[in-house]
Amino acid sequence: MIAELGQFALILAFCVALVQAGLTLAGLKARDPVFHGFARVGAIAQFVLITAAFACLTWLFAVSDFSVLVVAENSHSDKPFLYKITGVWGNHEGSMLLWTLMLTAYTAVLAWTVKNVTPRLITLTFAIQSVITSSFIAYLLFTSNPFSRLWPAPENGNDLNPLLQDPGLASHPPMLYAGYVGFSITFAFAVAALIEGRADARWARIVRPWALAAWSFLTFGIMLGASWAYYELGWGGWWAWDPVENASLLPWLAGTAFIHSLRVMEKRDTMKSWTILLALMAFSLSLAGTFLVRSGIITSVHSFAVDPARGVFILAILVASIGGSLALFGARAGHLKPTGTFSEVSRESALLINNIVIATCCALVFFGTFYPLFITTVSDETLSIGAPFYNSTFNPIMGVLLILVPVGSMLAWKRGKLGPVFKKLIPALMATIAAFFLAMWIADTHRIVGALGTALAVWVGLGVLWDFKSRIKLFEMPFAKSWSRAINLPLGIWGMAVSHFGLALLIFAITGVSVWKEETRAYLMPDQFLEIAGYSVQLSDVSRLEGANYITEMGEFDVTRSGRDITTMSAERRFYPVRQMATTESAIHTQMSGDLYVTIGEPVQDRGWPVQIYVYPFAIWLWIGGTIIALGGLLAILDQGRRSLSARKTKPAREA
Amino acid sequence: MGRLLPFLPLVLFAVMAVYFAMGLRENPNEIPSQLIDQELPEFVLEPIEGHEQGFSNADLLGQVSLLNVFGSWCPPCMTEHPMLMQISRSGEVPIYGIDWKDPPGVGFAWLERHGNPFQRVGDDEEGQLAIDLGVTGAPETFLIDQAGRVRYRHVGIITPEVWNDTLLPMIEELQAQ
Repeated sequence: MIAELGQFALILAFCVALVQAGLTLAGLKARDPVFHGFARVGAIAQFVLITAAFACLTWLFAVSDFSVLVVAENSHSDKPFLYKITGVWGNHEGSMLLWTLMLTAYTAVLAWTVKNVTPRLITLTFAIQSVITSSFIAYLLFTSNPFSRLWPAPENGNDLNPLLQDPGLASHPPMLYAGYVGFSITFAFAVAALIEGRADARWARIVRPWALAAWSFLTFGIMLGASWAYYELGWGGWWAWDPVENASLLPWLAGTAFIHSLRVMEKRDTMKSWTILLALMAFSLSLAGTFLVRSGIITSVHSFAVDPARGVFILAILVASIGGSLALFGARAGHLKPTGTFSEVSRESALLINNIVIATCCALVFFGTFYPLFITTVSDETLSIGAPFYNSTFNPIMGVLLILVPVGSMLAWKRGKLGPVFKKLIPALMATIAAFFLAMWIADTHRIVGALGTALAVWVGLGVLWDFKSRIKLFEMPFAKSWSRAINLPLGIWGMAVSHFGLALLIFAITGVSVWKEETRAYLMPDQFLEIAGYSVQLSDVSRLEGANYITEMGEFDVTRSGRDITTMSAERRFYPVRQMATTESAIHTQMSGDLYVTIGEPVQDRGWPVQIYVYPFAIWLWIGGTIIALGGLLAILDQGRRSLSARKTKPAREA
Repeated sequence: MGRLLPFLPLVLFAVMAVYFAMGLRENPNEIPSQLIDQELPEFVLEPIEGHEQGFSNADLLGQVSLLNVFGSWCPPCMTEHPMLMQISRSGEVPIYGIDWKDPPGVGFAWLERHGNPFQRVGDDEEGQLAIDLGVTGAPETFLIDQAGRVRYRHVGIITPEVWNDTLLPMIEELQAQ
């Protein structure tokens, strides 16, 4: 009954989306203002209906209704309640429903909050959103129906993949989707602007909060994904340049370039067609990321062809949205004439360099992700592009860009001077050089790379602080005055400073984790020990325990350092009987200076338990840095920007 | 030229779209194998780092077995893995694994983490045997009879349907001979 209700809500939402798209486009031709109103109501109606469908599916998972196919395939009555709920999006159908829910949620928020936008632009935007929404609901209904019944209903379910039974999964995909889907709004605005043949600073100001929100969520989602890999997968890594990770990095890179060029467009009314193209790219790559990669086409064409109906549908959606928007771009980009000009040395130029470098990096990752697939199809050769490729191409190019971060943000708009900027940055430069030699001196391995990374982190971090200091004229005037300058600084500037500072922390952590990590492994019997990085890790005891839906073998470890007790740790190896799968629960001892990371494997007779121990310097700063970067983006959303004259006249009160 | 430049992204995308469409039309399960009913090429695979025994084609003689090509880098293999574990536990047929294109130690770690369904695992880091077998991607599975001949080739994931409807009946028939 509930399943049928959900199905019905989905069908109704599909109809509303279709009607809305059709009516608003017709209404735009007829220039009848009534249709503008309908666009908003329709957007909210779609959101309510999809929410209802999602609630139905959640209910079905909560009560373990195994007469529904996805529930039977992905749930089990013994599963902890939390994972029954997260299981809703731990499968293909449910995650597509979540994706659609996010899509309608964004559109509904747009409908609630939008102000000061020309009716034609916003109505067009709603129409485009409706077209996107309807195609996704069609995809759900025709190829991936989450409400399909299973007859006869099995007594119990198949259980959720144990790897996915983790708090990380509860938050990672929704956050990632919030990022991916957020770019649909900027995409719709970009297509609307192309249809109208007009995009200006005002357009950029309207789009900016949406771009920033999507980008912040995506940043946070990628970080959660990395931490899930680190904490749950137990292979002792956080980023492996695998296609699924790259799929989230691609739209992030395009989005990063986008929010920077958007700033130029907003301030100086230039770089228009490029900005619009980036808006299209960010969403296109989000789509390509979700579908091509999640469906497995990248690593193996095989899994894609397992269900050709889905493949064809996905390809149709991609061709229509990406191909359609790029064709429109080709036809209309010429209409977008810039009005602002700028000299070679200026903030605009710096942001242009930023864009070129990030676009290059994006192309590199794209190439690295898709080329192996291409090669395997056109020839018998197979090849895999892994970390070495990215380390030797992506990293140095990104490194050059990062050196420019403090310089760029200190340059003036329109026409800047490099001399004064360098003068201001001299203390930061000195500290950077000092950090370089200090790291060389302390490190005993990988000295050059490590020292370069450390120096880069110090340079970006101090550069950001110095920029901020000179903006509020700290130490140049009484402290109270500096304070009030800081308070009055636009939130956009605050956001930039915060994000860039988070970036510095992230560079520092990446350097520590990837350059100075140590690992060792051996078979241990109880009371035997391993030594690593000054720690002595002794396996004290192994015991068998039973969890809610798994059996676990838990190894207890005593950690000492030069005779002193540091901590005890317990690493597990869990076995899930329903799925016949085992997972590793690593034990992690976190400190600001680094993590001690222990995993235990399946025992081998007479030899003991395979134990792997890693030391990751500064690992926790990965998550702190990533979070700060995302927070900076959210902070900048609150910036209302300087209003254009006309807007100020109509709405004098400043809203929070 | 200037007027055509904005169409460049569209052209690039079109090339990709055509390419993906071609990928879709290909039904990998219909790729025939020249090896069907032929003896396996002779090979000796080294053990993967962490294991002590590899295997050669001679080890497969005298029994019906499955030869599975996998790699830790391959998400579909991850999807297939629980099924292989189930087959291995059922004891219907021994499975031999070819660890394809994994750097040393990585395949071992992967099996440690997810369980090892294989009788023995051979290391094919260079991918030489995979080329000899005509492997187009991972996972791929060969059904080998008592005389060491390839009787069937399955491309892609062994789903419960593939196992119940195709592989298991063939295995039972071969084992009865």
